[in-house]
Amino acid sequence: MKGYKIIVLAKQVPDTRNVGKDAMKADGTVNRAALPAIFNPEDLNALEQALRIKDDFPGTTVTILTMGPGRAAEIIREGMFRGADDGILLTDRAFAGSDTLATSYAISQALKKIDYDIIIAGRQAIDGDTAQVGPQVAEKLNLPQVTYVEGIRQIEKGRIILKRRLERGVETVSCPIPMVMTVNASAPACRARNAKLLMKYKHAKTITELQNADEDYLHLYNNRPFLNIREWTVNDIESNPAELGLAGSPTKVKKIENVVLQAKEAKVLTSSDNDIEQLMKELFESHTIG
Amino acid sequence: MNNIFVYCEIEDSQVAEVSQELLTKGRSLANELNCKLEAIVIGNKLEGIEKQILPYGVDILYTADDERLYPYRTEPHTAVVVKLFEEQKPQIALLGATSIGRDLGPRVSSALHSGLTADCTSLLIGSHEDKKQGKKYENLLYQIRPAFGGNIIATIINPDCRPQMATVREGVMKKSVLDTKYKGQVVKLDVGKYVEDDDFAVEIIERHMEKSKVNIKGAPIVVSGGYGMGSKENFQLLYELADVLGGEVGASRAAVDAGYVDHERQVGQTGVTVRPKLYIACGISGQVQHRAGMEESAQIIAINTDPEAPINSIADFVITGNVAEVIPKMIKYYRTNTK
Ligand SMILES: Cc1cc2nc3c(=O)[nH]c(=O)nc-3n(C[C@H](O)[C@H](O)[C@H](O)COP(=O)(O)OP(=O)(O)OC[C@H]3O[C@@H](n4cnc5c(N)ncnc54)[C@H](O)[C@@H]3O)c2cc1C
Ligand SMILES: Nc1ncnc2c1ncn2[C@@H]1O[C@H](COP(=O)(O)O)[C@@H](O)[C@H]1O
Repeated sequence: MKGYKIIVLAKQVPDTRNVGKDAMKADGTVNRAALPAIFNPEDLNALEQALRIKDDFPGTTVTILTMGPGRAAEIIREGMFRGADDGILLTDRAFAGSDTLATSYAISQALKKIDYDIIIAGRQAIDGDTAQVGPQVAEKLNLPQVTYVEGIRQIEKGRIILKRRLERGVETVSCPIPMVMTVNASAPACRARNAKLLMKYKHAKTITELQNADEDYLHLYNNRPFLNIREWTVNDIESNPAELGLAGSPTKVKKIENVVLQAKEAKVLTSSDNDIEQLMKELFESHTIG
Repeated sequence: MNNIFVYCEIEDSQVAEVSQELLTKGRSLANELNCKLEAIVIGNKLEGIEKQILPYGVDILYTADDERLYPYRTEPHTAVVVKLFEEQKPQIALLGATSIGRDLGPRVSSALHSGLTADCTSLLIGSHEDKKQGKKYENLLYQIRPAFGGNIIATIINPDCRPQMATVREGVMKKSVLDTKYKGQVVKLDVGKYVEDDDFAVEIIERHMEKSKVNIKGAPIVVSGGYGMGSKENFQLLYELADVLGGEVGASRAAVDAGYVDHERQVGQTGVTVRPKLYIACGISGQVQHRAGMEESAQIIAINTDPEAPINSIADFVITGNVAEVIPKMIKYYRTNTK
């Protein structure tokens, strides 16, 4: 059994679910520094599916591919602590301002540089909730796609059988490999960090992160290839500059409006018996209830 | 050429609710742009389907009818839509933000290199000036959606690439039939010219669809709970209140994420949109994504311990207090004053 080459597409995202009061600056722009950066939740579900294949098919390798700023190497390490074998950080100013189309273009050009059998993405990233990058990568690589995956039933004879969760039902489908799948939040949660893997990989770094390292660490790094997180720039992939970054993004943000609430004339009440009674009476009288 | 296209979804020979809503929106955009409204429906045994579609004011309906095209599969549907769009060159294409639309839309937009905006809450026509390049654009589609934790509303445009594509969730747009006798044309596509055998590589082995059990969209009263409810057990209070008032229970995403309640009850940008005559928001702060799904309710009651909660500013009645105290009082009053 040779195992499968699996690539997990993962994104580091601002934790938009915990937007505090200091997340907005006085001028109405978003204060990214005030938002913690996390492993996109559904990409963890995606990673778990990859690790399950690795559990079942010895020889399988799991590689995390992420496009983002230098600090996104954090999620590659996080993935390695949970069982991924290695990772690639795709980072370059040329990618800045990418919409989902330019993102999927850059990611698919990077994928053309490596071997893969199964590409696993999360359904969607919580910073935009677009759910577009997975299917767009599939289209660009001319691969079949299976979205909203909740679990893998079987892998055999070059096909993978998957259960999908749809809005109003479930579907079981069989798809030839190579393929792209996107994984739903309803799939099993990702396993926790493993203490041994944490020890093994905690010093894994990208070239950029290596800059201030001391002699001892450099020695270690050079002797332990598993500590080397690949960092690719635009020069490491073949690409058409017109399709990258802002230039390669058909969608443009025309306007951003801070949400200003126009206060209505509301009746303000307390939780006292009297206030609640008044409210209920009024609702009866206006035939809103009753 | 340069018309507006709506991709119509079907399930059991019925055009999906969201598609009917998009046809209605498409009609009004077409009037504004002075162009035609076209629609595409892909499936099997489609005879008579035009009766459900043309009345929305559809000028041309394309059908792709083949037993291999139902149920929906990504690749053959993509192949038909991409080829048809290459031939017809629509300026705007609208899809439902559903399991199907969000699977198909990105694939089509990637193949056509056109922009796609997910989950729009409003679509308008407007102009744009690119000062750097000295270019002026007229009649662009403004694709408007909340973004970034709901603190901002973004207007997205696709100045240069066509079609301008957008997905919209069910319930966001209103549906209304234009004219039951509207005279549109039906064009049957020769399916063999649009798909190849390779497009059917993915096989559906089993499929099980269920009608949604809860109908918060149609409920006259929605009692919604948020993270402030604190627990799944406390949510019982809401079922009780909804039960006595004859309503349904809704929820914020934070409550869904916390496991207090099922996703089907989520109200908001990434849930359902409701317009009940009474919406009671219990322990919900009222971020814009939540409000996007309920602010058109006829009356809103907000129950929140925080007097500054954003939900209060769109409420008709603000109760500053603890849900665990307020809701039992409401139930009690109702029970003692009705029979
Ligand atoms: C792209 C995107 C899409 C989203 N889509 C949706 C969507 O469709 N629907 C949605 O709802 N959200 C959506 N969200 C999330 C949204 O931004 C908010 O995070 C969410 O609505 C907050 O839920 P909440 O009000 O229940 O929780 P919180 O913001 O945590 O608010 C809890 C409230 O409860 C109050 N409270 C606490 N205890 C009590 C008590 N005992 N009695 C009374 N009040 C109490 C608090 O004062 C507070 O106001 C989306 C976010 C993103 C980024
Ligand atoms: N910059 C990125 N790097 C790696 N994977 C990404 C990136 N952006 C999106 N993805 C993948 O695509 C999925 C959908 O993202 P989105 O279309 O942004 O909602 C995510 O869950 C990731 O698996």
